[in-house]
Amino acid sequence: MKALLKIVVFSLAVICGFAGYTTFGLPLIVPEAPPVEEKLGGDITMDQFIAVGEKIYNGKGTCTLCHNPVGGRAPMLESVASLAIERMSDPRYAGKAKTIEEYLLESMVDPSAMVVEGFGKKGTNDTVSPMPDVSKGAIGLSAVEINAVIGYLQNIAGVEVTVSLPTGDEGAPAEDAAPAEIKVAESPEEAFAKFDCLSCHIVPGMEEGGDIGPDLTDMASVAGGRKKGMSSTQYIIESILKPNDFVVEEYDADMMPDDYAGRMTVAEMNMIVDALAGKK
Amino acid sequence: MSNLTVKAGGFGRLMEKTKTGRLFALAGGLFLVAVLAGALAPSYGDGALITGKAWAEEAEGQPAAAAEGEGAVAAEGEEAAVDDNTWKPMPTPKLEAKDYPQLSGIDGRLAVWIAAQLHLFFAAFVLGVPIFVWVIELIGVLSGDKRYDHMAHEFMKVSMTGFSLAASFGGLLSFLLVVFYPDFMEYMTSIFGKTMIIYAVLFFAESFFVYTYYYGWDRMSASSGGKWLHLGLGLGLNGSGMLLMVLSNSWASFMMAPSGIGPEGQFLGDSWAAIHGKLWNPLNLHRFIANIAYGGSLTAAYAAFKFITTESPEEKAHYDWMGYTSFIIAMAGLLPLPFAGYWLTKEVYDYSQQMGITLMGGVFAWLFILQAVLIGAIFLSANYYLWCSLGRTEASKRFYYLIQPMGVVIVISFLIWFTPHTLIMTSKELSQIGGAHHPVLGSLGVMAAKNTAVNILILATFLSFQLFMRSNSKPVGDGFWAKNGLSIQVGLFTAAIINIVFLGIYSYLIPANIRIGLSIPQVSTTAVVCVLGIIIQTLEFKGAKDITSFRWGHMPARSQYALFMLAVSFTWLMGLMGYCRSAIRQHWHVYTVFRDNSPAAYTPTLPYAAWVVTIIVMIFMALVFFMFWMPILAAKKKEEQETGH
Repeated sequence: MKALLKIVVFSLAVICGFAGYTTFGLPLIVPEAPPVEEKLGGDITMDQFIAVGEKIYNGKGTCTLCHNPVGGRAPMLESVASLAIERMSDPRYAGKAKTIEEYLLESMVDPSAMVVEGFGKKGTNDTVSPMPDVSKGAIGLSAVEINAVIGYLQNIAGVEVTVSLPTGDEGAPAEDAAPAEIKVAESPEEAFAKFDCLSCHIVPGMEEGGDIGPDLTDMASVAGGRKKGMSSTQYIIESILKPNDFVVEEYDADMMPDDYAGRMTVAEMNMIVDALAGKK
Repeated sequence: MSNLTVKAGGFGRLMEKTKTGRLFALAGGLFLVAVLAGALAPSYGDGALITGKAWAEEAEGQPAAAAEGEGAVAAEGEEAAVDDNTWKPMPTPKLEAKDYPQLSGIDGRLAVWIAAQLHLFFAAFVLGVPIFVWVIELIGVLSGDKRYDHMAHEFMKVSMTGFSLAASFGGLLSFLLVVFYPDFMEYMTSIFGKTMIIYAVLFFAESFFVYTYYYGWDRMSASSGGKWLHLGLGLGLNGSGMLLMVLSNSWASFMMAPSGIGPEGQFLGDSWAAIHGKLWNPLNLHRFIANIAYGGSLTAAYAAFKFITTESPEEKAHYDWMGYTSFIIAMAGLLPLPFAGYWLTKEVYDYSQQMGITLMGGVFAWLFILQAVLIGAIFLSANYYLWCSLGRTEASKRFYYLIQPMGVVIVISFLIWFTPHTLIMTSKELSQIGGAHHPVLGSLGVMAAKNTAVNILILATFLSFQLFMRSNSKPVGDGFWAKNGLSIQVGLFTAAIINIVFLGIYSYLIPANIRIGLSIPQVSTTAVVCVLGIIIQTLEFKGAKDITSFRWGHMPARSQYALFMLAVSFTWLMGLMGYCRSAIRQHWHVYTVFRDNSPAAYTPTLPYAAWVVTIIVMIFMALVFFMFWMPILAAKKKEEQETGH
């Protein structure tokens, strides 16, 4: 029993020693609270808007995680706005921006449009940026927040700040929008029409159709064999949500919109899937 | 080596007599299955399913990607949109704080944290132990040496209660998740429902194998054919255990790096794609190795406990041998663990640079200083144990002079390893020191110095092991290896140290992106020395004779405390890194697609996490000590019955 007690005391001392070192031997860093979307009203001044941009840049946007002088993981951004013109004329530039503001926006939502030399993903010869689209995923900045960051970047680079001030309507809750404008399709035909499927595809049961995308008339019979291990229903859903995951031979990638996940209700998708799979 | 008599532990006898262990395990297993069934049932069957209802409800007009959490529950009797057994995507819930059930006085996140970590401790233990038990049993069969078989049986005996406790805490965890995070569980079930069913079935399979393997040990060992059948059962136990681990890993890795889902989080229907995420295999490998190391450290603690509490020389010899074997297993797992961790971290960076930098350069950066302290403690205790091990033979005295300089090297390496790069200081301290880096020590905080220190630390530990291995042997004959083995090894160590130190110094002179690449030749150098060292020493001592008698059991009690230090540090480290792995998701249930909007979505401070880990480790160690104490109680009672007092 005595030996057991000695072992218990020893173990407790070791355990508490680790906890004590953590408490008293390491600096206390209080992690930031989970980010919240900036609510910006219409009466904000440009200076305030730029200050919001700086706050997002250092906080929610997590820009300084990589764009800092220590890690060397991403280029510094103090003068990115003044370098924008030069970057847009670079032969490697693959974007569509014409102005500094557009370039900065593009660099945040489509960072691979222009990858600064030495900062691309390994093995891509600086054609693919490791930076995520800041409007999506873990960062998820709103359009107004992105504008605020652009304003901040323009300001620190000493170029003209061209972003528009928010009007206050951008982040309005969904109930402010007219609900009547969002019409939910009630039949497969309505769903095909609503999402403009007929512009590119020939669809079973529909008279008109385009030939930009594959003919979907015999989808029910071919879908099951398109991807190994995937049923016809699974394949059709994937084709709608992630159209570039499998592109039918002779057709080009990136032709079909890939944002149906955010626009289509599940019921609408079910109707489309069932119609194409020949279930209804 | 003294003649060892392997005896069944009192605890094992108690368990066999009372059947408590089996009943406990059965209750835990049923509890787990019941809770799992409760969680899974809503997602299968006909139109009354919760997830099915969610899709039906969604037809009211909400965008697929924006359905509110409350929309996930449909009214009674509503016809579901699911009309066949094919899957349909469940929208990623967008929850609010009110969607998380609150039970007064209970912190849901804390409760889940504690249950999950306790489950993982016991699960890691019971998954790790059967792996080396099986290997040791096989060695026993192939060599015909019964001692291995007895030791393997006793290792298994130690882990039996662990199976029950792992299952019980697993059941508790499932229960707490369903209570406090119902929408999250529903979402996960909509994706991983099939694997969860398989998991439950595998649990039964593992239970079958573990009980037939353990309780059939003596009976099946009676014949050669029976023994091979027994080994087959052991293989089944390890196979089912491994599958259980990789399945549950897929849930954890999905939460960190989701795959098989659409841009808004909708499941695309391919379960394999969801399982086979970017971090799945790195996590599998890391946990597989860590389980072995952890199992070894806990069985070493058990052996140490028995060693300290017994007076019998035979038992002391036996438990010394058992402790040493467990220690070697723990170290064999520990040494490759950093490389598996490196792969996991690399894949984290590759998946999301943001997550990677949050891990290593953000709020969690100081956690890695703490990790260095813990691993340093493990290495210090390991070396101390090995030096004490030299006392098992008089012949090892010739190596004692090396202990002090090796101790100095290890302590210096340890101090360099946990030197922080950038200090957090007040403005006054900043001006006094002259910057965020200490003018002298700051240069030791960079990876160039740390990599060098870690490699020297590993080499020094390996040297301690080498010294112990050769402590009681002398090469015989005029063969090449017998004559030159020692010189070659000294040359190998010298060349390796020069190479590692040179690369470390050279690292300071080159840019950061090239510098990081130099860690690979440094690590390779260490690995080559370890592998070649064992090969050369084996050749050198082929046919060697013992110099004097080797006395198992001749170890000071303090050496056994080193084994306890190893086990406790391992446990605390596991708890800390478990927190780290989970916390780098920050305010996301499923990173980037399913946000945690509960009141407890914030990242806690490191001291808070450390004290939670401390409490969990205390609970765990209390249960472990209970397991160790039971045999004493049983033995005492038996003694009283025999003497009539």
